[in-house]
Amino acid sequence: MSQHFQKKTAKSQPTIPMASMPDIIFMLIIFFMVTTVLRETTVQVRTLLPQAEALTKIEQKRLISYVYIGPLRLQNNQLGETAIQIDDALIEEVGSIRTVMYRKYLEQPRLIVSIRADETSEMGVVTDVQQELREAGTLRINYSSRPELSN
Amino acid sequence: MAGLLKKKKNREMGEIPTASMADIAFLLLIFFLVTTTIDVDTGIGMTLPPKLEEDQEPPPVRERNMLKILVNAQGQVLLEDQPSAIPRIRGEVKKHTLNEGRDPNYAETMSRAIVSLKTDRQTPYNTYIEVLDEIWMAYFEMWDAEARRMGYSGYDAYRTYIEENNIEENEIREKIKAQISIAEPEPES
Repeated sequence: MSQHFQKKTAKSQPTIPMASMPDIIFMLIIFFMVTTVLRETTVQVRTLLPQAEALTKIEQKRLISYVYIGPLRLQNNQLGETAIQIDDALIEEVGSIRTVMYRKYLEQPRLIVSIRADETSEMGVVTDVQQELREAGTLRINYSSRPELSN
Repeated sequence: MAGLLKKKKNREMGEIPTASMADIAFLLLIFFLVTTTIDVDTGIGMTLPPKLEEDQEPPPVRERNMLKILVNAQGQVLLEDQPSAIPRIRGEVKKHTLNEGRDPNYAETMSRAIVSLKTDRQTPYNTYIEVLDEIWMAYFEMWDAEARRMGYSGYDAYRTYIEENNIEENEIREKIKAQISIAEPEPES
């Protein structure tokens, strides 16, 4: 009689297989490596970008060079005068911008200059920078803006 | 004798313990999350006019072919010397570009229609971008309408089509050229 009663072994709790966890993580790492940009420069000016609707995405990131315009971030969390920053260095004299940009233009003729100006800036500074860019021959520019979240 | 023939279990297949693989992966991920920024690279694209030589005059443009927009130091917009609200700009740019000579105050042809944008040194950058945005939106809407007329669902559909088929020429942008002229700044007084 005993052979009719088979001990049913209790099935152990099914565990989620952890074997593929590293694969998933590596996938995520590769995604981040591809889509993000390593922060190379600390921006010393505040750039609260204006909002706009007619936005175009810059396709080739390697062609971009940034010009930051905005109030200087001072030590005690205060804001100072409007300043221009290109690649880690604050620009003392506006006339030096054309040489800096011309050098970049020689390296990359298809350069796109992304102007990251704070929305509270005045056009005087932006116009000066634009004139310098015209002198240097770097005519392709892009005014960095945030998307407008309007209805 | 049997003891000598005991097969030595070779434990040479030592495995690298892969249990901590997930930990290493997490660490790398956190590193990348912390050190990188997803840069917002959207904006309004423009091509600046080339620098004029010393004695070069700007090319002559008939008064009617140029839609003058001026933004003054207080952020007020003057459209053809008339104070105007910013939302009006879109309609006016479209009217000017699509005029084709009908109204003598607006452009003769699409290819000659120019929008001129001038600012003062104290004009707020925000207002300048707002105005420039309106002008570009006018062109976007005109391109969209043209794409629909050509049978596409919109300008984006047309762009996808030419990109996929590697067509060099953007017919719509050739027909309705976005000619936005940033006026020469006043010489420093």
